[in-house]
Formats: sequence, C-alpha cells, structure tokens
Amino acid sequence: MIRFEGVGCSFDGGRTWAVRGLDLEIERGRLTCLVGASGSGKSTTLRTVNRLVEPREGRVLLAGRDVASLETVPLRRGIGYVLQHVGLLPHLSIRENVGLVPRLLGESPATIERRVAELLDLVGLEADAFLHRRPRELSGGQQQRVGIARALAARPGIMLLDEPFGALDPITRESIRERFRAIHARLGLTTIIVTHDMAEALLMADEIAVFDAGRLLRHGTPAALLADPGDPIVEALLSTPTREATRLASLGAIATADESATGTA
Amino acid sequence: MTLREHLAEILDRLPALVSAHLTLSVAAILAGTAIGVPLGIASARRASLRGPVLATAGMVQAIPGIALLALMVPLLAAIDAVSRPWLGFAIPPLGFWPALIALWLYSMLPILRNTVVGLRSLDPTVLEAATAMGMTPRQRLRIVELPLAMPMLVSGLRTATVWTVGTATLATPVGGQSLGELVFGGLQTRNWAMVIVGCAACAALAIGLDLLIGAVERTVAARRGRVAATSLLAAAIAAGIAWPALGAGRREATAPPSRDAAASILDRPIRIGAKTFTEQFVLARAVAAELGEAGFETEIVEGLGSTVLFDALAGGEIDVCIDYSGTLWSNVLGREAGPGAAEVRAEVAYRLALDHGVRVLGPLGFENAYAVAMRRETAESLGISSIADLARHAAGWRFGGDYEFFARPEWRSIRETYGLDFREEVGLDSTFMYGACARGEVEAIAVFSSDGRIAALDLTTLADPLAAMPPYEALLVLGREAAEDPALVAALRPMIGAIDVGSMREANLLVDREESPLSPSRAAQRLVDRYRSRRSTTTSSTAAPLE
Repeated sequence: MIRFEGVGCSFDGGRTWAVRGLDLEIERGRLTCLVGASGSGKSTTLRTVNRLVEPREGRVLLAGRDVASLETVPLRRGIGYVLQHVGLLPHLSIRENVGLVPRLLGESPATIERRVAELLDLVGLEADAFLHRRPRELSGGQQQRVGIARALAARPGIMLLDEPFGALDPITRESIRERFRAIHARLGLTTIIVTHDMAEALLMADEIAVFDAGRLLRHGTPAALLADPGDPIVEALLSTPTREATRLASLGAIATADESATGTA
Repeated sequence: MTLREHLAEILDRLPALVSAHLTLSVAAILAGTAIGVPLGIASARRASLRGPVLATAGMVQAIPGIALLALMVPLLAAIDAVSRPWLGFAIPPLGFWPALIALWLYSMLPILRNTVVGLRSLDPTVLEAATAMGMTPRQRLRIVELPLAMPMLVSGLRTATVWTVGTATLATPVGGQSLGELVFGGLQTRNWAMVIVGCAACAALAIGLDLLIGAVERTVAARRGRVAATSLLAAAIAAGIAWPALGAGRREATAPPSRDAAASILDRPIRIGAKTFTEQFVLARAVAAELGEAGFETEIVEGLGSTVLFDALAGGEIDVCIDYSGTLWSNVLGREAGPGAAEVRAEVAYRLALDHGVRVLGPLGFENAYAVAMRRETAESLGISSIADLARHAAGWRFGGDYEFFARPEWRSIRETYGLDFREEVGLDSTFMYGACARGEVEAIAVFSSDGRIAALDLTTLADPLAAMPPYEALLVLGREAAEDPALVAALRPMIGAIDVGSMREANLLVDREESPLSPSRAAQRLVDRYRSRRSTTTSSTAAPLE
C-alpha cells in the first residue's frame, strides 16, 4: 500500500541526512508505529507520504504510484493528518474546523452538517455541546479528538499521526488510543503513527518500525520484536516496557495476594 | 474684530477644509492599504523581498513629513515634463496629487510592517495543519492566514490612520487643501483661535476614524453587526466629505461674477499663489480684490514654500503671485549679491521670461528686503547703525532668524561680507522672532524690512553699507497663460507702483498686531482702498508718487 524505496531526506542540501536508505513496505489496513528517539527520522519519513517533505533520494509509492507524480492538493485531501499540537484554526468553531475539508471539496451544507455530527460522534464528542465552541474552550484531549475528526472528514484511506497522544495526560491518552484503534479497524484505514513511546507502539500497533539516527533498524510485529530484538538499540527501547510489565505483574501478584488475604480476614 | 466674528469666520471655512482633509486622508489610507497589504503578503513569503521593502518603507517614514510632501512637487513636475509631451497626460505637481502620493507612502510603513509581522508570527502548527489538509496557497491565505493576522493588520491600519490624518495638515505648503490651512494660517497671523480649531478638528477626525475602525474590527471578530458597523464607518466618512454640500442649502448662493468674456481668454478661476507669511496673505487678497472687480473668479492657494511657489507658477499651477526680486535673483537665477535694484529687476524679468515663460508685470512699489534688526535702545546706546558695527559685538550675542533664512545664500553673504560670527544662531518661527528680540532673548534678528512689527516693537534695522544683500522689490509675477490674457493684465496693472513701504507695513501690522488684529482680507481691502484714494487725488500729476 505505502512503499518507501531507498528514501533519503536532507534539509541542508545533502551534507547531513534526516533519513537515508529507507526501504519499508506498509500493508493496507495495518496500523504501523514508527518508533525512535527525537531526531531519528521517523517524523520526516511520515511527512514524505503527504509531501510535506520531498525526498532527496528514492521514492514513496502509494498504491504503486510515486507520490512525486501526484498533485499535492488532491493527494493531501485523501490523507488524514494529525499533529501533536493539533493545529485547529482558532478563529473557527469546532463545526467549521471539522467541516473545512468537505467545504473545500464543495460538498453541500446539509451533507457537511451531517458529516460533522457523525465524525464528532465517532471520536466520542457530543455534537450539540461542541459544535459552536471555539478550539481554545476545549481541553487538550477534546482538541485532539476534534483533530482526528477533522483528519477523517474527507473519508481518507490513509491516516498519518505525528505524536498524536504525546501532550495528553495518561488517562485521556489511553481512552483516545482505544477510540482510535477502534476507528482504524471500523473504517479499514491504513495508519502510520509516529511515537517515541515503545509501550504505546506495543499496545496499538500491528507492526513496528524502529528508527535510529536516520536508519530503519528493525521492522516487524510486536511479538516478533519481543521475541528477537536483533539490535542492541531495539533491545534497549523494549527493555523499559518489558521491565514495567514484569514489575507490574509482580506488584499485581502481591496486590492479588493482599486482596485474597483481606478477603479471608 | 470680535472673537465671535473670528470664530464665525473660521467655522465658515471648516466644512470645506474637513471635507478636503478627510478626502485626502481616506484616499491615502485606501491606497496605502491597497498596495501595503499585498506587498506585505509578498514580503512575508520572500525574505529576499522583505529586507529591501521594509528598509525602504522605514526610510520613507524617517523623512520628515513636511520634506516628503515638498519633495513630491519637483518630482511630479519632472514626471509631468516627461509625461505631457511623450505620454499625453498631465500630472498636476501642486495641490491634491503630491499630497496624496506623499501621504500614501507615509501610510504604507505601519500597514506593511504589521502585515509582515502578523503573517510571520502565526502558529506554525496551524499553518502545517492547513497545508496538510490540502489547502491551496490561496485558500490558506484567505481562510487561515489573513483572518489570523487580521488583528495585527487592523492595528497597523489604525496607526496609519492616525498618522495620516495628522500629517495631512502638511498638504497646505504644497497647495493641497486641508485643515493645515487653519493651523499654518493661524500661526502666521497669530490667530490662536484658528490654530486651536484646526488642531481640534484634526484630532477629532483622527480619533473618530480610529474608533470607528476599531468598532468595525470588533464586530467582524464577534461576527455580529458587521454590516451595521461597516456602514456606519462608510456613512461617517461620506458625511464628512459631503459636509460642504450638505451645508450649502443654508448659505446664500454666491452668483458667479459676470466677466467681460470678450476680453478674457481664461475660462476658469484664476489661482493666486501666496507664500507663508502675512504680507503674502494680504497681497494675494489684494490681487483677488482687483481681479474680482474685473469679473474674474479667483482662488487663493497659500502657505507655499518659496521654491514650490515659483515651480507652480512656471508649471502653470498658479497664475499670479507676488515674489521678490532678490529671492528670484538668488533662488531661481542662482546669482550672488551684486547690482542695484533696477538692474536686478531687469535681469530677473529677462531670464524668467526666457527660461520659464513667466512674466514680471512690474514692481508694486516697495521693497521687502531681508534686513538685520535689533532693539533701538541698545543700538543707540552702543552706537550701532550698520551690520559692520554689529560685527564687533557678535561674538557674545545670539542671532535669530526664521528657518529659511539660515539656509539662504543671503545669510552666507552677510556673514562673509561683514565677518559675522555669533555666539549662537537660533532658528525661530517668524511669529515669535520679533517678540524674542524685543524681550532681549536674542540680540539681533533677520527680519523682513516691510514687517510692521519692526516699528511697533521699537526695533531698528541696520544699514548694509557693503550691499551684501540683493534688493528685494516686490514684483507682480504672472504665469504664461495669465500673462497672455489682456483682461487680466489690465485688471492688475493699477497695482504696479501703487504700494509704498509705509502702506505695506501698516497693512501687515493690522494683521500681526496683538490688539484686535484684522483678517488678511480686511487688511487687503484697506490697502486697496488706500492706494485707490491716493491715486484719485493725484490723477492730475504726471508721475504717480510712491511716497
């Protein structure tokens, strides 16, 4: 579905490379997480898909067609894009923000109205309460839900999310993750999520691609990665969630023991 | 004249001046917005454009307003000289257009800078989101960037509005109509009521427009009452501009004077130019009185700088003015001091006719020379009677002159001829200069010899034995078209040789005196009455005596 062939990106005319020699194939309907530290090239890779970044080497294929040969405007309208800081238009209401792309596509007001209500419902916001509010009146989690609704407005087949949950508190983050995973499955999307959080990737992804210093280190299912990290850096990234899981499991055992103890008392 | 009459006269002029002022300001601001915003958008996108554009706008802003306006006159005259023969259209170098262009340039900087800053300080996440959702650059600009930058843009527009309305008063020295006529005219004739009314009207316009634009912005942001607020702004501007027309019904209609059409070839009002001081205001009105009686419609354009006035006359923007032989000799002919009055006059008349198509009709009969004056008492006690005597005391004394004087060749000439070296040279407005000398704040001043305040304040003028300053006969000068109109020439001929220096000083003092001053029009009427009555009593004698 999405194929990176020898992709290399540089922002200084080729002296240093944000990404280089990337070969990666992402299958239709899969949710893939790009994981790595800051500056590892994962966001740059994501942004080549909707041509916010143009590769200096190689090419990006979408259903077999080089994106460089496609017009940026229709290309981008067919791809949902969600940013960490959302980027809602502050001077427009939630209704106008979500309905903006359908409006640009020339859909009728009645269709837009219906679509906006449907999308807000999909991301778990009550339409009546939110339609006429401005972005600044919403919490961070609510804003990101609107951001996802906006990205879905043009019925894209592909969703690109750049650290979408990074700025949210843990509880909100968890509920939006769940919600998005469900939307992904229900709409049959092909999704790429950029995250620095391996635990998040392990929870959400069908496949994980690990980046370091502009190189793809490892690509596989979470289970495959856990079974065989194959690289010290991948192993290091996996170690924290693994230790957390182990620790939680042992604490869970204790808690269970306590509970049973109190139960018997 | 009582204060009430004064006020009535001022208020009578107010509608026309407010209308002209508002027209000029709004036109300049609209032009500034029409060019400034697109240029700001282009500059915000391209760094290579941004630097030069903002630097240029900053430079324009740094030029003092009065200079920027005055520079437009020779510039437009130069463009006109090319456009008229080659492109077939004329650009009037005086009046509305130079003022509009200068104010337009002046209004650009705040609009331009705020557009650039407004667009460049937008949240990059919002811009990226807009791009990523598939907006074309044009859609992004219209839907995202301009609305978000709007508060900055509007604040630039408001700054430009206040600046432009204030600066529009400077249209007066380049012959444009504005509230500056009250301010400058009032300053020259010590009519403080006029200055205050002019300033207050100007401030009211600036604040009113600023508030209205603010109100429109708020309603637009709140998306409520947009149409109402915008209509209110438009209606307020339209009402201000149409004020004179609205008031016309109440005033008596003045029938256009009948003219001896057979004798006149000029089918338009005769434009009489005047410089920035009392004598010019009075003489322009005396000329207007003579022409009015001969059936001409006239229009007075006053407050013009010396060179602006001459350029306007040569360019056909002004038909008649009074200029001084010495001024023309040094400023237009570029000569140093030298021959006597008759020779200077003959040479000036010859060169003006030859090089500029301007006709010197003749001398009015008095001189208004630059002279050096000081307190009579001091002069007598120290035995100072000439500039040469003054030079001995110069090292410890302060010398006052109007701003123009210190830049003129005459100043260089007397300084070098007599070796004058004062402790301090003080530039003073001519309104305050005489009083400053009488009170001893400066020991000596450069004055106009026909100024009535010399005698009134007990000052005395010093002799110029080495003839360092050229003679300054007042000359009646006509533009090319006016000079070819026999009716006009005939109407003005009686003024030649008719005004002696005593009459002129008296007329000037009527306007300049502290106690119950007269308006320049009334003083002019007295001057005309006086030389007419004198002429009628001496018609029998062969040569009309000047004294």
